[in-house]
Amino acid sequence: MKSRLRAWFDGDLSGMEEFVQVTETPDATHEDFKQTELAFEESLPQNPRSRMIERLGRKSYHILYRVVAVTSCIVFIGVMLYVIGHLSRFGTDNPRADEVSRRYIESGLEETGATNIVAGMILDYRAFDTLGESHVLFTALVCVAMLLQLDRKNTRRDLEDYYTTTLDVYFRTSQDRILQTIGFFVVPFIMMFGIYVLVNGHLSPGGGFSGGAILGAGMIILSCSLGFKTADRLLTARRLNLVTFIALAFYSISKCYVFYTGANGLENHIPKGIPGAILSGGLILPLNVAVGLVVACTMYGFFSLFRRGKLGSD
Amino acid sequence: MSLLDLFKILLLILLIVCAVSVNLTHRLLPAVIIFMSYSTIMSIVWILMESPDLAITEAAVGAGVTSILFFLTLRKVNENEEIGPDSDSKKEDRT
Repeated sequence: MKSRLRAWFDGDLSGMEEFVQVTETPDATHEDFKQTELAFEESLPQNPRSRMIERLGRKSYHILYRVVAVTSCIVFIGVMLYVIGHLSRFGTDNPRADEVSRRYIESGLEETGATNIVAGMILDYRAFDTLGESHVLFTALVCVAMLLQLDRKNTRRDLEDYYTTTLDVYFRTSQDRILQTIGFFVVPFIMMFGIYVLVNGHLSPGGGFSGGAILGAGMIILSCSLGFKTADRLLTARRLNLVTFIALAFYSISKCYVFYTGANGLENHIPKGIPGAILSGGLILPLNVAVGLVVACTMYGFFSLFRRGKLGSD
Repeated sequence: MSLLDLFKILLLILLIVCAVSVNLTHRLLPAVIIFMSYSTIMSIVWILMESPDLAITEAAVGAGVTSILFFLTLRKVNENEEIGPDSDSKKEDRT
């Protein structure tokens, strides 16, 4: 079963012909749809009265659709404006909804050890949310990979390099001297900035999602400017999956420990460190790195899948 | 009213203009570019609202990666009509 799954992920589609057959049929054009529609109309009863009723129904449906769309838009806008009118002014104290945020602001540094209160909130108080978000990203990547693998065009042997060579000639992405040169000089700095944002997530604004997005964007620029062959040296499909898996598993296991000790009132053995030092904040720094790696791999994986229909091969 | 307030109001008006004009654009490429500019303006608004981490994320994800994915999707949609391998063979069949 496992080897079958791996073979399927690598593009071997034997045993799935009935699914592939659907995508093998030529793409339906606008004309085909029109002809189908005409044939359907001819198959309808030729009674002029029923035709008139049908036309009336279609017309009233269009009118109703517009009326309902406009009214629902207006109602939604009205509700939003009503709610905004009842919010407290930006930056002022709000005694009704301030309990939680006051706790975060006053004792966040002491309890989490992170100078950046937002990081303390995301990865300590509400770490369960972030775990779910990371898994959502991973699931989205897996779903995109599954859907694009079903397209025979992406896995056909004779079209192996179609997306990376022929189309690049058309769109001149891999031959653009300006893009190549700028990418060559800009990518190291983008990567460095991404790593800085990632590692300093508990000290300064930023953190897992921002740093991971910057890293992913740097990888995308790298593969855009220097071609997929250069990017494949760094990130292959296996490494992408491995890094994502290890990051998610580390997150889950370490947070299991923290949740278990927290829920049972046990002592937490993870040192908090001195606030402001780079090695502080307990689990926040490694969790930031884990989330950032997941996000970066997902971003680059999306790009690679959309661009050529597969992740990098070894 | 200070100059910063005027700048903020200008940015918010531009946001609304972008949001409405994405819906009114019929061509897809300009729509993606307007979407991109919406994200860029939004990231400046985040900075003015003193949340730089959201600004970083918005600039990287909203203006960068999402737009690239949209462009790639547009290219995939267009290549089926114009220069895909299938359309070449179809042309040969016709001639």
